[in-house]
Amino acid sequence: MPDPSETTLRNATIAVLVENEAGILARVVGLFSGRGYNIESLTVAPVDADRRLSRITIVTSGTDMVIEQIKAQLDRLVPVHKVSDLTLEGPHLARELALIKVVGRGEARMEALRLADAFRARVVDATIESFVFEMTGAGEKLDAFIALMRPIGLAEVSRTGVVAIARGPGGFEA
Amino acid sequence: MSATLQTTETRTMTGAEIVLQALKDNGVEVIFGYPGGAVLPLYDALFQQNAIRHILVRHEQAAVHAAEGYARSTGKVGVVLVTSGPGATNAVTGLVDALMDSIPVICLTGQVPTHLIGNDAFQEADTTGITRPATKHNYLVKDIKKLAGTVHEAFYVAKSGRPGPVVIDLPKDILIGKGPYNEAPQAPHRSYRPQTEPDMTSIRAAVRLLKGARRPIVYAGGGVINAGPEASRLLGDFVRMTGMPCTHTLMGLGAFPSEDPQFLGMLGMHGTYEANLAMHGCDVMLNIGARFDDRVTGRLNAFSPNSKKIHADIDPSSINKNVKVDVAIVGDAGAVLKALIECWQADEQPQDRAAIAEWWRAIDGWRGTGCLQYRQEGSIIKPQHAVKRLYEITREMGRETFITTEVGQHQMWAAQYFGFQKPNRWMTSGGLGTMGYGLPAAMGVQIAHPDALVIDIAGEASILMNIQEMGTLAQYRLPVKVFILNNEYMGMVRQWQELLHGSRYSESYSEALPDFVRLAEAFHARGMRVTEASQLDDAIREMIAHPGPVIADIAVAKDENCFPMIPSGAAHNEMILAPGQEGGVTGVTDEGKVLV
Ligand SMILES: Cc1ncc(C[n+]2csc(CCOP(=O)(O)OP(=O)(O)O)c2C)c(N)n1
Ligand SMILES: [Mg+2]
Repeated sequence: MPDPSETTLRNATIAVLVENEAGILARVVGLFSGRGYNIESLTVAPVDADRRLSRITIVTSGTDMVIEQIKAQLDRLVPVHKVSDLTLEGPHLARELALIKVVGRGEARMEALRLADAFRARVVDATIESFVFEMTGAGEKLDAFIALMRPIGLAEVSRTGVVAIARGPGGFEA
Repeated sequence: MSATLQTTETRTMTGAEIVLQALKDNGVEVIFGYPGGAVLPLYDALFQQNAIRHILVRHEQAAVHAAEGYARSTGKVGVVLVTSGPGATNAVTGLVDALMDSIPVICLTGQVPTHLIGNDAFQEADTTGITRPATKHNYLVKDIKKLAGTVHEAFYVAKSGRPGPVVIDLPKDILIGKGPYNEAPQAPHRSYRPQTEPDMTSIRAAVRLLKGARRPIVYAGGGVINAGPEASRLLGDFVRMTGMPCTHTLMGLGAFPSEDPQFLGMLGMHGTYEANLAMHGCDVMLNIGARFDDRVTGRLNAFSPNSKKIHADIDPSSINKNVKVDVAIVGDAGAVLKALIECWQADEQPQDRAAIAEWWRAIDGWRGTGCLQYRQEGSIIKPQHAVKRLYEITREMGRETFITTEVGQHQMWAAQYFGFQKPNRWMTSGGLGTMGYGLPAAMGVQIAHPDALVIDIAGEASILMNIQEMGTLAQYRLPVKVFILNNEYMGMVRQWQELLHGSRYSESYSEALPDFVRLAEAFHARGMRVTEASQLDDAIREMIAHPGPVIADIAVAKDENCFPMIPSGAAHNEMILAPGQEGGVTGVTDEGKVLV
């Protein structure tokens, strides 16, 4: 049972299955801004074209009571089919993809390549003075790689935000 | 024709005809609206039929409040029709009002043709964008094939689960175009299926707590009214069979009869001493269909500190939002009460009747304070007295009476001194606190109940916010009575300034008031002014007896405050009582001042 006097924050990765329709993202984002909830990352894409379903993954933080509220508020949106708190409901996988541009020549360039190799980042574009690396993984791994690239010549980063799924055979049906 | 044939049969009509057919199929008899360019096709279709009556208001905000009054007094969905741009933006206050008070309303808004959307066309507004946080749900219809289905769905959404307002934005090309009419689908909604039947485990847990309670209380709100008259009847049964005291929120008044000895009156900021102290001191609290609003709880960390709390609500997001509860029951108030009664009867555990008798003795002690007592002396009319006499006289007459209010002190006095014995007789803007609500809401009530006595208990400031609706009363011969408690102040503002801001009455005096008698007459209504206490009863009788609309301008004491009062940020046991009454406290803390 959530306790209002509890002030410790926890992270929550929430999966939301929604109708793939105009305005749904605005409803979800509006809910978070209107009620002052925190969004650390939000991703959305259609996952079932035949049944017109999209899946939203939200990473948020709050007290237990606030996270319960977020889930209940999401669940009562009319186009929302299902809400699942992946963090609470058992082990799950969370992944993010980043495209990272590093600019430099000579030794810096070699260092970037060596580190990319160690982090299993792939080179997806190269010129004589730049690379674009593609990297998938947990957010912290991406953070670590990006931090290492900074002194070497980090020029630009684009990240997808977290997508997540529960481990094991259980499904997330509408 | 077989049932299956009927549901699969489609007819081709214009969009405007589809809308009206869908309204008709959803049982709509009346809509409140105001025309404009974008909705002319709908007005044209309305002109050519007789099934749906259109009530022409004088401002779109009033159309929504009228639909709210209609909905709240009948239990049906209220329907509004407004044009694009300013028509839609004018309706927004009404929509938020309906959202906060969980009132089922459907608002059809005109929109510029689909190919012009986003071009800043004449009278274009991003209606779905603007109303997204103002509605339970909204739709922009861009495909005529989806039009009928959208209207049917809107009715389902407006009235299912926790009711609320729904906007359907209708581009003009959709209204003019031709498309198929489909009847309401039988299949359940794809994604929105709120739980109405409670889970029996939580019911049993609730009964176990309630049976063992030594100081129980039932705290019931608007959810019981929304669940229909049967839910109110079950509430009465439950309260009587358990012998528990019952209190209501502002929204719940009428669910349990005010004249029943087990009723403690309203609770909260201007609730009774006994209701608030009973909430503070109880050991088990059963909340049905209320939402632990800040007007009710006072300072959260001091709210009913020693009780186990049971909360039954149709909206899971209301549970554990402000107050942590021990037993959560998700379900319709009627279904919950039915289950509680059955489980209570089946449960063997005896109640501690001796402890409950002791509890009643404590409550009767608090009642003895007489927190709503006032002294009507001399010729100046006390506002409390005006409401009390209005109540007593209408009660003697035995006419079916509906009360609406504006917002302010008069609203609280109406809640305190007008007794309600049945649900759906009391319409007030609770959550949003919208001045200007009462007159249009009364209009909607009177349309639904042409023979009933409908009274708007008003303040002289609030009434001016939708005074143009006197024109609507005249046009449709609606005999609404506007009973103004005229204290020449925005009294509630003045009261807070007196108590919290050193009596600096900044901008709260009602300067340059109109002559309400002549104003009434200008709108073809009867105007009355009453200044002497001795004239009050006769004036009330005369107002009621008049067959048409009346404005009764009752001059009341200008500096009267509304007590009891729990100042913002205070606890239930830190109530300010009227001067001369014992047991309360005085003063407002600095933390309280930042609160609304
Ligand atoms: C639309 C709107 N604007 C402002 C307020 C703030 N407000 C609450 S009560 C009140 C004064 C109402 O005065 P009156 O109608 O004379 O009622 P009284 O308190 O004197 O009975 C005001 C300004 C409000 N509730 N609604
Ligand atoms: Mg006033």
